[in-house]
Amino acid sequence: MALLVAVLAVGTARAQDVPAQSPPPPPPQEHAADALFDAAAMGRARAALRHENGGMAVSQVMIDQFEARGGGDYAWEAKGWWGGDSDRLALETRGEGAFAGRIDRAEVQAGWLHALDPWFNLRAGVRQDLAAGNHRTHAALTIEGLAPYWFDVEASVFLSTRGELSGRAEASYDQRVTQRLVVQPRAELEWAAQAMPSADSGRSEGAGINRVETGLRLRYEIRRTFVPYLGVAWERRLGGSARAARSGGEPASALRVLAGVRLWW
Amino acid sequence: MGTPAATLSGELIELTVDSAPVMVGGRRGHAITVNGTTPGPLIRLREGQQVCLRVHNRLDEDTSIHWHGLLVPFQFDGVPGISYPGIAPGQTFDHVFTVRQAGTYWYHGHSNMQEAMGLFGPIVIDPAGGREAEPHDREHTILLHDWSDVHPHVMLKRLKQQGGFYNRQQQTLAGLLAGRDQPLRERLDWGRMRMDPTDIADVTGSTYTYCINGHDSAANWTGLYAPGERVRLRVINAAAMTNFNVRVPGLPMRVVAADGQDVVPVETDEFQIGIAETLDVIVQPGGGQGAEPQAFAIVAEAIDRSGQCRATLAPVSAPGLVAPIPPRRARPILTMRDMGMGGMDMTGMDMASGTLDLSAPAAPMAHAHHGGMKMRDKSLAPPGMRLGPGVATIAAAPVDRLADRPTGLEDVDHRVLTYADLKARVPRPQAPPTRSLDVHLTANMERYMWSFDGVKLSENPAPLAFRAGERVRVTLVNDTMMPHPIHLHGHFFDLVSGAGEAAPRKHTINVLPGGKASFDLTADAVGDWAFHCHMLLHMHAGMFRVVTVREAAA
Repeated sequence: MALLVAVLAVGTARAQDVPAQSPPPPPPQEHAADALFDAAAMGRARAALRHENGGMAVSQVMIDQFEARGGGDYAWEAKGWWGGDSDRLALETRGEGAFAGRIDRAEVQAGWLHALDPWFNLRAGVRQDLAAGNHRTHAALTIEGLAPYWFDVEASVFLSTRGELSGRAEASYDQRVTQRLVVQPRAELEWAAQAMPSADSGRSEGAGINRVETGLRLRYEIRRTFVPYLGVAWERRLGGSARAARSGGEPASALRVLAGVRLWW
Repeated sequence: MGTPAATLSGELIELTVDSAPVMVGGRRGHAITVNGTTPGPLIRLREGQQVCLRVHNRLDEDTSIHWHGLLVPFQFDGVPGISYPGIAPGQTFDHVFTVRQAGTYWYHGHSNMQEAMGLFGPIVIDPAGGREAEPHDREHTILLHDWSDVHPHVMLKRLKQQGGFYNRQQQTLAGLLAGRDQPLRERLDWGRMRMDPTDIADVTGSTYTYCINGHDSAANWTGLYAPGERVRLRVINAAAMTNFNVRVPGLPMRVVAADGQDVVPVETDEFQIGIAETLDVIVQPGGGQGAEPQAFAIVAEAIDRSGQCRATLAPVSAPGLVAPIPPRRARPILTMRDMGMGGMDMTGMDMASGTLDLSAPAAPMAHAHHGGMKMRDKSLAPPGMRLGPGVATIAAAPVDRLADRPTGLEDVDHRVLTYADLKARVPRPQAPPTRSLDVHLTANMERYMWSFDGVKLSENPAPLAFRAGERVRVTLVNDTMMPHPIHLHGHFFDLVSGAGEAAPRKHTINVLPGGKASFDLTADAVGDWAFHCHMLLHMHAGMFRVVTVREAAA
């Protein structure tokens, strides 16, 4: 009861405490300093002030993975962006190959990145495949962001100029063990709506979910921007992709240790 | 740095802005200097005098100096793009005005983050009668600041790349296993909301050296006292990005002025001083006859406790004496109250007091219910607030926190100053406001976006318009989990902290996380003025508005 009375009393107090609402004045059309200083100089100074306070563009190049893998392979994954808070030019490249051989898979993407909400971005652009036997060009659409519980997630769909539809989904989580030691579990899945043949038949992809990769990387932040790591990755090709791999003389699945460095600027 | 700063006074004061390499705390960097030093010289004025502050620019870019807390005609307020065009390289600008006030203030650059590179210094104005309301025998200016060899533009870039870039005190798995910090359940709750309870300072001791009067702890700036003297410490927070906790272990501090305005003396053991605030305290060290001479440490600790700076009060008989530096205290951790859920419990309501002071701050929402609160309930946003990517959270039940102990000092076992402890020494009739204005302090800490009402200055929002002479109740609602020292140029406002006619007058108010603070503003200075967060990187990310004051149209 005492609580109720207090709440009612506070309600009354609030009602009286809020000032009478006279409307605010309309914003003036002129700038006070223009009456005293050169208006053109003031205009330039106003533009500079706006630019300095919220309008500056920044950039990042993030080589997230740059690693050697057991069995004589290597892989990389890097992203870059330039722009403001909500709209950015975005670049991406990823690929893998054998030190003794050739590049197995490689792609570059370029596009426009747009912040959809506090946590997620849309990326729209073009993807070019570069590895031998595969020179497809795709339209690329990606949703990427930070999911609840701090999961980094990303999902892309690609439509090639040959009309093929495919896609990729990734998720990772950075678990800080100490201030400098971070363990990152990561999973990636690729699919295609139809078979996607390659001139190098061992690299052809089947329809459906055709590739799953999971990894665990233990990173040590020597600096925030220079982070060597060790890890393991398990890759499994499925369905038509697995058959293609076997026909090319490769196993459909592999578990490999890896060592690399994450660096950015 | 390190050289004793000069004192300038008189009717013509010449200040030359230049740049120089400096080395502080082992960090060598490029500083912007005034008359060759950073911090710049002390400007000492007398209330009622005429002054011409003549600023020469020897940089190869535009510069400016703002006289923080001084009531000046708008064209001399020193904000390029609002007050005037700025001072071009090789040019000189005269700021000419009558000094209308007394107290402790400061000056700083307002161009292109030059302030964060060292362009600042203290201002002390002696009262017209020559006698302070609360007398002292000796005084020292204690200018707190943060120094880094990293360019502020690089800091902003780093923080936009990774919001926690400079935080080296995050929660870890090792900490969880050792039973430190939050238990798993709370970590999951905060993780679900993508909120980091250790995100207390954006730029930390991992890159800053904290300084007092240009000296780090090792360089140990020392001020003298004679036993029994009343020593006034004019504490100024001139940092770019650091709110400081200040204490003098072993000495109670009598707070006698805030933001240059005399207050009824109130004794405390520690205070948190927001960026751009000033606080005068009087300490009285070592009065006993025949006592051993003793030194006292003046400790300014960064709010996230990633670093601190020690200066020394030493007796005149033993000027080399030092006091032990207290160990750094444990890093604090944010709570639901800092997330704007303070109204979820009823702790913010004073149920015990039988009377209700109508000038008291608004009570927490009476309809607030427990649990299930959304982090970003759009229905709580006022009309006109933009809910884009830059607004990650909206305080669900923000409470007035003017009587709260500030962030990290909630549980320390000695007295801590709160805004509610401040009472103006000379009461003034408080006219009722004729309208109210809510301004939300908004952010996305992950993307490092900062704004008012979800709109950055770069997006060219309409100014906050006032009629000359009108009195407005302005309520700042902090939708973020960080305290924001919000500064209005050209005016003092009356804090609505329940003090009635003794409402303290301030130019800067540090709004606690997830809370709100109200002030009544009499818009009595016609012109255009800056209104911004004094965390310089927040300001430069867009947390800035223009305030206009105009005579009402006939």
